[in-house]
Amino acid sequence: MSIENLKTYDPFAEADEEGGQTIQTQEYIHIRIQQRNGRKTLTTVQGIPTKFDLKKILKVVKKHFACNGTIISDEDSKGMGEVIQLQGDQRTKIKEFLTDETEGLALDEKTIKVHGF
Amino acid sequence: MDAEAPHIERRTSRKSVAFTDEKLVVDADGNVTKIASHTKDENHKDTAMSHTPRTPPLSAALGAFTDAHQAPADGAADISAAAPEIDNDGLDLSLLKKKKKVKVVKKDDDAEGGDEAAAPGEEAIDLTMKKKKKKKVTKEDDEFAKKLEALNLEGKEGEEAVAAVDENVQEGDMEKGTGIWAHDETKSINYEPLLSRFFVLLTQKNPDHASSGTRSYKIPPPQCLREGNKKTIFANIAEICKRMKRSDEHVTAYLFAELGTSGSVDGARRLVIKGRFQQKQIENVLRTYIIEYVTCKTCRSPNTDLSKGENRLYFITCNSCGSRRSVQAIKTGFSAQVGKRRKMQQG
Repeated sequence: MSIENLKTYDPFAEADEEGGQTIQTQEYIHIRIQQRNGRKTLTTVQGIPTKFDLKKILKVVKKHFACNGTIISDEDSKGMGEVIQLQGDQRTKIKEFLTDETEGLALDEKTIKVHGF
Repeated sequence: MDAEAPHIERRTSRKSVAFTDEKLVVDADGNVTKIASHTKDENHKDTAMSHTPRTPPLSAALGAFTDAHQAPADGAADISAAAPEIDNDGLDLSLLKKKKKVKVVKKDDDAEGGDEAAAPGEEAIDLTMKKKKKKKVTKEDDEFAKKLEALNLEGKEGEEAVAAVDENVQEGDMEKGTGIWAHDETKSINYEPLLSRFFVLLTQKNPDHASSGTRSYKIPPPQCLREGNKKTIFANIAEICKRMKRSDEHVTAYLFAELGTSGSVDGARRLVIKGRFQQKQIENVLRTYIIEYVTCKTCRSPNTDLSKGENRLYFITCNSCGSRRSVQAIKTGFSAQVGKRRKMQQG
């Protein structure tokens, strides 16, 4: 006979093993800014959930913000996952886009972290 | 604003009592006389106006209780601080007078002074209060009538007028021990003035206690110099780190991660950051650093220690409330290769 109580899941187990539920909540989307030469800047968006198609996002965003941009592949970003890189300081705009219910991705604002000055 | 309702009631019930005193006291103080001098047309309107400028000092005084860089909490505290003030002017008054003494906001006083000087005192009744001259009896009557009216009004205006009456009742200079604060005064003092007296005395006699932890956390502003065209020198990082009790390395790492750049430390322990940054930008980053790595989330005290606990986690231990929380390690996220190096690396 087995004791049912002892069969509960191990709270100390790695979260990934069970569908990554815990991990999911702690994954932030990071929006960063980087200075280039002069007053030019780059905006990078890291950690967009994989259920979204980055290419499509990029296409919309580029048109919307009137800026160019690219997707940095996983190997180029040194294990940071795929990263959207946009030209110029698009931090507020991209944040709005990510949280927009109708036209954007309707993500929770709490999962987004805007870095930089 | 629900909280105000009971106050209003309380006040209205008291008003009959207060009212009798009113005449005596109206002229005694600067604020009240101000009401009087402008009263010709709109007594209660003026009262309302005289309220508004007072709001900041009080909330500032009570603000000592809140942590300034916690915006939401601060706002809430301000509101709560403001609310009692609206209700009770006795409290407000004492503070205001003090402020006036300290600050140079004599504007109101002077203006009134002129008015009153023109109106020589005719009333025998005087408070131990300040020396302001009384205004003419006719004026007084007029105003008195207005006040009566005002008191009968319902709602906001009525409340304000009543407040004005209150002001008259609970007035006096705490510092000088006059009015309600007189040594042999037998009238009971309202709660709010007493409370304000407590804090005034506390800050006066024991500034350390009042300011420790509860006051807004101040660090010296970062000094940013431009070195050449592309580098910024953050000159007083050592001082700031000492103030925050954090290691230079930790702060530096955070700055670099947030700004997405790199840099070095020069001979005089100044930080050289690549890229152009303004003081304001650095300030913003420092602010987020303080929120994340310095203030205690439980009691908001900045008096905390950062230590490396077991298994590579960083912990913040609060020295005032003893709480302990883990903080995220500083992670530099993705940073694009900028500049000429990029080609070299690929090649």
